[in-house]
Amino acid sequence: MSAKKETLGKTVGVVVAVCFVCSIVVSSAAVGLRSLQQENAALDKKSNVLSAAGLLDEATDKSDIAAMYDALVVEKFVDLSSGEYVDKPSEDFDMYKAAKTDEFGVEVGKSNVGFKQRSSIAMVYHIKDESGDVSRIILPVHGSGLWDLMYGFLALDSDGQTIRELIYYQHKETPGLGAEILNPAWQQKWDGKRLFKDGEVAITVRKNVGNDNPYAVDGLSGATLTSNGVENTLVYWAGPNGFGTYLKNQSWKS
Amino acid sequence: MADTKEMKKALFGPVVDSNPIALHVLGICSALAITTKLETALVMSLALTVVCAFSNLFISLIRNQIPSSVRIIVQMTIIASLVIVVDQVLKAYSYEISKQLSVFVGLIITNCIVMGRAEAYAMKSPPFMSFLDGIGNGLGYSFILIVIGIVKELFGFGTLLGYTILPLVQNGGWYTGNGLLILPFSSFILIGLMIWAIRVARPEQVEPKE
Repeated sequence: MSAKKETLGKTVGVVVAVCFVCSIVVSSAAVGLRSLQQENAALDKKSNVLSAAGLLDEATDKSDIAAMYDALVVEKFVDLSSGEYVDKPSEDFDMYKAAKTDEFGVEVGKSNVGFKQRSSIAMVYHIKDESGDVSRIILPVHGSGLWDLMYGFLALDSDGQTIRELIYYQHKETPGLGAEILNPAWQQKWDGKRLFKDGEVAITVRKNVGNDNPYAVDGLSGATLTSNGVENTLVYWAGPNGFGTYLKNQSWKS
Repeated sequence: MADTKEMKKALFGPVVDSNPIALHVLGICSALAITTKLETALVMSLALTVVCAFSNLFISLIRNQIPSSVRIIVQMTIIASLVIVVDQVLKAYSYEISKQLSVFVGLIITNCIVMGRAEAYAMKSPPFMSFLDGIGNGLGYSFILIVIGIVKELFGFGTLLGYTILPLVQNGGWYTGNGLLILPFSSFILIGLMIWAIRVARPEQVEPKE
């Protein structure tokens, strides 16, 4: 520890030099790796969509996922109030970010779905089969679980009311209890359930329902609040404030 | 120049003899949070070992230039930069795991092990020995994390690295997962048990009664 070390000039000099070197290292890492990171984030989303389409098992590696997505999935934008298709509002449109803007934000009003604003335009996915017809439509859904919002995809048959898959891709539920929404055994129970009965939203998540009730899914044991959250989410998004009008119009058939 | 014996001590001493978690009780917070699955524990161990080794190396390289009045800030700057680099690399090459580790990689910055070794060892020792010391302490941290990760994943989820070992009742098997082990605070109990076991084996680590 020499006394010379402690002069003001040297202290400032060392600090500036360290900061300079560190900032170069950090910014070059961030810029150099950005394209790979964006690719990863996009791929992650595509694999979630394919998993809701029931196609992910067939894709084995990364290039497969991207190729299959490009071949079979069509991204569409829906105006939720009219249920009609609209053009993509902007190049990097994100319905979850748009919900908070003045341009697209719509008040949810009285509902227990767990968020206050949603976007007026939603992004949906058409899944084409080999002949080019729409075999499934995938709707983005989100709503609060026990701890936080849960984001997922609801895959419907082309009749617009038979559920095929309900895949959550982002949630903060308790591992082993609420997080069992990702359990394949539970996900399978959704296959074939029906959203509407006589035009009204009828789907429920309840305790101890048999597999033969087409409008109810067995709740997760030990995770009643998460199960209720799933039900509220589906009721909202299938209802008139969500995709209800769009599902009645069935515009994907024309 | 350091001899082989000293190098060995710097490298393997922290695994059991002076384990940063078990003896110094540092770095507990991340050890509690990310040991639910073995895979995340492994990646976290690797990230911490890399950060600890390189922060020790760089701090030791410029230790004679660092003014002591601002040394903590300079150490933090170097550690924080390394952590950001590690975080970026994980996001680019291991996206799934970086999603699971979420904030905890960023929190390596405040991990007491990294700061503690920089301040206690790298500021006084030559670069190569500091580098080994960083790896050694990373190994010590990894050792605890991996043991806890194995216990928690095996008995909590019935799997190891995602492969089913004990088939769960939920999936039609016979094993009922231990719900307590899935929650972060069970690591407290497990770390406590490990500290006990290590101190029974190495009685010299036991603190004298006050």
